Amino acid sequence: MNTTAPRYSGPAIAAHWLIAALILVAFPLGVYMHDLPLSPNKLKLYSYHKWIGITVLLLFVPRILWRITHRPPAALPMPAWQHKIAEGTHHLLYLLMFLVPLTGWLMSSAKGFQVVYFGVLPLPDLIGKSEELGDLFKEVHEALNWALLVLVGLHVAGALKHVILDKDGTLRRMLPFGK
Amino acid sequence: MKIQTLTLNAALSTALLLAGNAHAAEFNQVDAARSSLAFSSKQMGVPVPGSFKRFTTQIAFDPAKPTAASTTLEIDLASIDAGSKDANDEVVGKQWFNVKAFPTAKFVSTGVKALGGNRFEAIGKMTIKGQTRDVVAPFTFKQDGASGVFDGGFVLKRMEYNIGEGPWADVSAVANEIEIKFHVVANAAKK
Repeated sequence: MNTTAPRYSGPAIAAHWLIAALILVAFPLGVYMHDLPLSPNKLKLYSYHKWIGITVLLLFVPRILWRITHRPPAALPMPAWQHKIAEGTHHLLYLLMFLVPLTGWLMSSAKGFQVVYFGVLPLPDLIGKSEELGDLFKEVHEALNWALLVLVGLHVAGALKHVILDKDGTLRRMLPFGK
Repeated sequence: MKIQTLTLNAALSTALLLAGNAHAAEFNQVDAARSSLAFSSKQMGVPVPGSFKRFTTQIAFDPAKPTAASTTLEIDLASIDAGSKDANDEVVGKQWFNVKAFPTAKFVSTGVKALGGNRFEAIGKMTIKGQTRDVVAPFTFKQDGASGVFDGGFVLKRMEYNIGEGPWADVSAVANEIEIKFHVVANAAKK
């Protein structure tokens, strides 16, 4: 076991787990709420979902800036193809962290429901009300979410492979409390 | 040629006279196509615009004698556009307007007050879903050619009319206050 491997920086670790937790709530919420019959409860869940999504979008900005200006620690030894898959997954995850909430916001605008962050801060509508665009962004938002699910699955499987099969320190580099 | 010019002059004079008359006349021919009835609800803090497509208005308003004015408004509640198909299907139902039992809402004025300038106030009774409440609706009046344009609105508290019962009585999801805005164009009566 390599316990001396350099870890990710504090802000990178914090952003990783914070956004992971938000996605872990927003995703099942979205799956659950969209088929509910209209009710006050549905209106509330939609709002919570949108607030979480906007939070991810807001956190994404400093996170990506930090990532660009701070190189992550070098990967532990592994076959090149595994390293490529891991990196590709990371890049696509960054892309979806941005596109998933953005398409949600676009869908909300097109459906004629402005996003009001935490019920107090009205965000500008990105596009005007349009039934066609509303339906289109709903499809895109949904498709990107299934892509996100697959990528998160791959990401978690990779992390677990390093813990269980390789027994190396890859995951420990990203754990919030460790050395 | 000369006769034609004279005829034209006569026609113009008559038209001007009529227009002059209209200035002091009572505006009571509502132009439904140019009038609108809109509202805005707040859902989780999100303003959601809506409107009623069908309503009939009677107005008798003489700017020289505003206190003698009167108006009635009857709204076909099934003509609501509440912002989305889901919402439209929901609000005609029993817990909201219950349009099967109460197809229309009605406002009948009991008086009009002049507030100074072009500002007035319509006072009257609003009946929705079997509930009658007092309403005061400030409005402005502007003359636009031969037409009178009335713009106004008021805040309706939906719970006073049981609009949104059961789980919908939760005003933290859909706010109690609904902003109503009307825009009515009425022409002066032809003599």
